[in-house]
Amino acid sequence: MEYEQGEIMEISMGPQHPSTHGVFRMDVRLDGERVVRLKPVFGYLHRNHEKLAEAGSYLASIPYTDRLDYLCSMTNNWGYALAVEKLAGLAVPERAEYIRVIVAELTRLQNHAGMVGFLLQDMGASGTPLMYAFRERERVLDLFETLSGARMMCNYMRFGGVRVDCSEEWLNQARKLTGGFNGFLDEFEQMLTSNEILMARTQGVGVLPPELAINAGVTGPGLRASGVNYDLRKVDRYGIYDRFQFRVPLGDHGDVFDRYMMRVLELRETLKILEQALRDIPPGPIMDPKAKLRGLRPKVGEAYGRIESPKGELGFYLISDGTPNPYRYRVRPPSLINLTVLEDMCLGHNIADVVVILGSIDIVMGEVDR
Amino acid sequence: MTLEEIKTRLQTGVPGCRVEIVVNGSPSAQNSLLIDRRDGLAAARFLRDDIQLDFCSNATAVDWPDREKTDKVKTRQVVDGVEKEIEQTVKTRIPGYLEMVYHLFSITNREVGNQEPVVLRMRTGNRTDDVTLPSLTPVWRSAEFQEREAYDLFGVEFEGHPDLRRILMWEGFTDHPMRKDYVPPPDDEREISGGQ
Repeated sequence: MEYEQGEIMEISMGPQHPSTHGVFRMDVRLDGERVVRLKPVFGYLHRNHEKLAEAGSYLASIPYTDRLDYLCSMTNNWGYALAVEKLAGLAVPERAEYIRVIVAELTRLQNHAGMVGFLLQDMGASGTPLMYAFRERERVLDLFETLSGARMMCNYMRFGGVRVDCSEEWLNQARKLTGGFNGFLDEFEQMLTSNEILMARTQGVGVLPPELAINAGVTGPGLRASGVNYDLRKVDRYGIYDRFQFRVPLGDHGDVFDRYMMRVLELRETLKILEQALRDIPPGPIMDPKAKLRGLRPKVGEAYGRIESPKGELGFYLISDGTPNPYRYRVRPPSLINLTVLEDMCLGHNIADVVVILGSIDIVMGEVDR
Repeated sequence: MTLEEIKTRLQTGVPGCRVEIVVNGSPSAQNSLLIDRRDGLAAARFLRDDIQLDFCSNATAVDWPDREKTDKVKTRQVVDGVEKEIEQTVKTRIPGYLEMVYHLFSITNREVGNQEPVVLRMRTGNRTDDVTLPSLTPVWRSAEFQEREAYDLFGVEFEGHPDLRRILMWEGFTDHPMRKDYVPPPDDEREISGGQ
């Protein structure tokens, strides 16, 4: 389309805009209120995580991975540990696998609950949904603190296992939380899912067709909201996910509402996994006796390991040259790659919808910028 | 489908495609296909459309500076009139290059690229003035930001990329920080604002 001078307005949304979830900027061109172009700009939080990791030993990177997606440090740890285990050929004992599943699914609980709260906050429902979600998140963080000593930067997993064992009392606390979570979800859904304002703001907004979603590498709930059945817990069955009964919720329309519903439905499935894992967890060791944490020198070679983090597919690509430091360390950040289609989803919508669409992708800048 | 089968199909599907298998020595055993960069785009299209590797998960660059490889070679030589087997160490110099690595999976076809990736590699001529590779963004959109990142941090130039700009470093930055020989400027000379 040809535009005359003065018809198009350029707005720089961010990097301090409160809806951008951190320091993220969008160069938006508007025709009236309609978006005709949108270019995301990032790098404000860039600290070259990959270079830092290549300068240190394999073990030294684990605390750094906490700071990628700082809401989900447990799953970040797991993704990295999985890649190193593939690279060095380490096995994980039974009990450690169960603990990993439990903490990863607890991470998913607090991430999805928080994401829904933030989405509603972006829509103008100031405070209440977010605080309800954070009340639940707080309980999960308390569990993490008891287990690992830190609420957010857990630094918990190791190659071939986990750092400390969990007590029976901790497991009981986790069971209690899991048992009560469905009640919170019912209350949450009662207020939100059939809410007229939420439906009006989200249905038909930011539609992502499945072909584009696959081609653009969108993963996680965003991909499944478009109806593509691809959950790495089912596809790769990494860890021990093949032992649990759970379903993969799929969306029909690929709009913001479906992406919201994916989170709520996944929370219910996550609770099922947690119940089974907390019921079946066996006693036993939590570390592979062959695993050498300090001075780990994998054979020359490379490995790509990936897990289903709450945001999508989190991958780690490692090349070893036989020295104690990785020769190449690469993070495949789901938050960054899910942003590839932001412009496609926003074109033709109002500027106010951009905020909602961005909120429905669920990004964390620590992971986007690395 | 094994990597050998993919290679055979690739060679019949893309006539004249130069491709070899790079063996990975680690327990992960994720071997990769090394494709000549001139055939890169055609090979990628074939992999997506005919082998249904529709999901390019990860795209990243690796920097390989000039390095020396030492091999022990046994030769027969006549020493003092007696033929002996002598072990010699031979040093070969491998000139440096930049390498792009793509990890491909399939969402629609569970026969290939299901749990383990199909790894695709392309190499540049050197690290200085011959650093152009074909962009695979027209084939897989997911490479768009990741190739921009490789351009930004490693200095790989992509032919056919729709929007090749720096992505994490600021405009006006000239170096490529992820290269192995990158030397950061002293702290007092660092100008974050991007001014000249």
